[in-house]
Amino acid sequence: MSNPVPVPPDLRAPFAPGGPYELDEERARKLLEIALARGGEFADLYAEFAIGGSLVLEEGIVKSASRGVSLGLGVRVRRGETAGYAYTEDLSWEALVRAAETAAQIANGQPVPPVAVASRALPSRYVVLEPSITTSGLLKRGLLARADRAARAADARVTRVEASVAESFREILVATSDGRFAHDVQPMLRFGLRVIVEDKGRRQSGSSGGGGRVGLEYFSRPGKSPEEHAREAVRSALAMLDAREAPAGAMDVVLAPGDSGILLHEAVGHGLEADFNRKGVSNYSSRIGQSVASSLCTIVDDADKPNSRGAINVDDEGHVPHSTVLIEQGILRGYMHDAQSAAHFGVSPTGNGRRENFRSVPLPRMTNTLLLAGPHDPEEILKSVQRGLFARKFGGGQVDIASGDFVFSLSEAYLIEDGKITAPVRDVNLIGNGPDALGRVTMLGNDVELSDGIWTCGKDGQSVPVGVGCPTIKISGMTVGGTDVSAR
Amino acid sequence: MSEDVLKNLASDVLERLKKGGATEAKVVARTGQDLSVRVRMSEVELVEEAGTRSLSVRVSKGKRTATASTSDLTAPGIARIVSDGLELCDLTEEDPFTGLPDPADLAKENPDLKLFDPACGSVTAAQAVERAKRGEKAAQEFDAKITNSEGSTFARTAGGFVLATSGGFCAGYRGSYASISVQPVARDEGGRNRTAGYWSARRVLSQLESEESVGREAARRTIALLGARKVPTCSVPVIFEADAARSLLGTFAGCIVGDAIYRRSSYLTDRLGSPVASSLVTIVDDPLIPAGPGSRPFDGDGLPSRRNLVVENGVLKTFLLDTYGARKLGMKSTGSAAGATGSGAGTSNFILQAGTMSLEELVRATPKGLYVTHMMGFGFNPVTGDFSRGASGFWVENGEFVHPVSEITISLNFDQLLQRIDAVANDLDLKSSTASPSVRVSEMTVAGS
Repeated sequence: MSNPVPVPPDLRAPFAPGGPYELDEERARKLLEIALARGGEFADLYAEFAIGGSLVLEEGIVKSASRGVSLGLGVRVRRGETAGYAYTEDLSWEALVRAAETAAQIANGQPVPPVAVASRALPSRYVVLEPSITTSGLLKRGLLARADRAARAADARVTRVEASVAESFREILVATSDGRFAHDVQPMLRFGLRVIVEDKGRRQSGSSGGGGRVGLEYFSRPGKSPEEHAREAVRSALAMLDAREAPAGAMDVVLAPGDSGILLHEAVGHGLEADFNRKGVSNYSSRIGQSVASSLCTIVDDADKPNSRGAINVDDEGHVPHSTVLIEQGILRGYMHDAQSAAHFGVSPTGNGRRENFRSVPLPRMTNTLLLAGPHDPEEILKSVQRGLFARKFGGGQVDIASGDFVFSLSEAYLIEDGKITAPVRDVNLIGNGPDALGRVTMLGNDVELSDGIWTCGKDGQSVPVGVGCPTIKISGMTVGGTDVSAR
Repeated sequence: MSEDVLKNLASDVLERLKKGGATEAKVVARTGQDLSVRVRMSEVELVEEAGTRSLSVRVSKGKRTATASTSDLTAPGIARIVSDGLELCDLTEEDPFTGLPDPADLAKENPDLKLFDPACGSVTAAQAVERAKRGEKAAQEFDAKITNSEGSTFARTAGGFVLATSGGFCAGYRGSYASISVQPVARDEGGRNRTAGYWSARRVLSQLESEESVGREAARRTIALLGARKVPTCSVPVIFEADAARSLLGTFAGCIVGDAIYRRSSYLTDRLGSPVASSLVTIVDDPLIPAGPGSRPFDGDGLPSRRNLVVENGVLKTFLLDTYGARKLGMKSTGSAAGATGSGAGTSNFILQAGTMSLEELVRATPKGLYVTHMMGFGFNPVTGDFSRGASGFWVENGEFVHPVSEITISLNFDQLLQRIDAVANDLDLKSSTASPSVRVSEMTVAGS
């Protein structure tokens, strides 16, 4: 099986072909047999070898460099809705057998033999031109130094600059008792920069960053050089230095394209992960075919965005994800599934079974969640707002699955007065309820953008990289959590 | 792995680093045994069991420093962490503040803080399932309005930790922790579900709240949310129930660790010795509490643990510093280095001292306001102190709960928020390493309809 990411020999997983703990189809089948020996209906193996590294520049010097290696294998055994999970960091055959036997304990019945596993070809969604992990550290150090210089040169009020580059290289192998055998190498790069600006006793921070399943060629993309990230961080910090109190209460909100997709991620994304619906605890449970958003909204989860942070060739259960339509013109069409929820609902897995690492069980998770373009000119959207809030940069969000209430925080926002963007306002949270907020999408821009590679999603204590995307969005009436109640 | 095996492993790696050219090094070895089970609607959903281990190093060549970690403890895995650490040093630049503490300051004693309970480690999967089932059942039987469940989880962990440094320090300790949490679900109007979990956690198994009481409390909290609605935007007193107050205290902790101070990324950077909270607020960081969830006999630099009075009657008395942060700021370490290599300073048992009033009295003494049980989101800018988060809880009038509230935000600059604390209750429960009693803030902005 060819893999588009070239792997140098010393970065090869110990379980890969030719490695000291090679896990081939035959050994995988044997281990699955042990896992099913007590009567499990399904078993899978997940081996992972991940190398991560980072360089951090602070106060003008590269202060720290780090590297981490994570190696292990997890075995899961399922019977009905019950799963047993065990993992080991020791890949000796005895340790693997022990893990399989531990996971098997949840079952009690007649053994089921596994199907012989067979590897299959996967798509190729992350062709990397200049792999970062094998590139000299000095080159990466140079990128940080460039960012540092550019930020300091951008404005005399810049007092601190922190820049970092983090990379990882994750090799996985999935084998399942229903015959899947998949092997993937997943690169990741993330560049980030944060500045502090100080002026007359006031202080503010600003940041910029990006990356994805890319190599160092990322920095040659338009707008993505270390210098451009530096200037963006400084611009944002300076803009917010003069921020005034944010308004409080319900008002029209216009969200900039790209990172605003965090709204979808929280307002609908999590609620459409099928485990919550299998259990009937999501506020979207049993609502397929019903209207859950304005008819302007078509929302998909799409792992096939080449080189994006949310892209995967195969999920962590061996299924290939494509583009899954979640909401079509406001109507709920489907959920994001892992193998277990797909079996429960009698549908095909959508390839959304993901896990943080070999220590974790897979769960239905998002990849790149996107709201597709609408009909409106972004200028026209702004002009339609008498008084409201324009959201440009975001801190992060959270949702209560059961009620559907969600929040997301703005780190750069402005007042809109008479159709024009005016004064910057201080950091503020927005709160809404999923179907209610999406029902209030009254205008949608034609300027859809995918976020740069910065987002990480947390669920049940597991973090996975994701992407979000959307055009300019107008929500008519959303609660803005500022401090200023006077101007209502 | 026994503590002796861990010590030998750490010492061996330390030797190899020194031979390889390290002028200073620090090695941390960890091992753990974890079990976690989740039961949902009386059925076992997940049984997870594993032994974990890891090794991390911090290496210096002169004033250049790097870190490396691995979970691969085979011979090639250990060889790799040693060579990675040594090689990466050459990539970093000289930092005059780096370096181990003065050997004279190292901890000479390793006090037994009762951090390990053998009973925790011996809970079997079957017993854990029984405990989780009892918790969920108590919630289901509490009221017919509990119709669904996100499950009930019992987890226990036990492990060992060893720190060895080229400065001559080599010591370790064992710890354990057990927890039970129950998350029942009730159906509300408009297709919404309501859930409020409840949990208990302790280092000593016998000190956990009973599964039944955790389940009943979770059910009571869930049902209380039925019919929650927004309130109109207003400015009112806000009571933070202990768990929500704990979250405020965690936010504060992030602003007084040395790393945030020398990076000037905290609104408290220049505030040492000045009032940062109302005079009712006293906060300590105490790593020496017997069986405390955040207790440790020594810090991550090998310095003795000590109790630090962080805020006394509202005045900021000290930052929490590790050796590096202290040098950066021209101060002395407070013995607050976090356990991992290269992670700076951190809190141990970070506690807002209890007041004398009961929570009931505090509510009764509130003519009108919001009572917050839960907060959502990350709306905090540490540089400016701007604070704005989603919240849910209850509307209070004439000292009584009137109706549950959801889908609102609460906002106020964090500096003012702490200064406006006008009551501290006596309901402190040390179930997590950051702990606070319930508190009241005299006025905040509540944004709703």
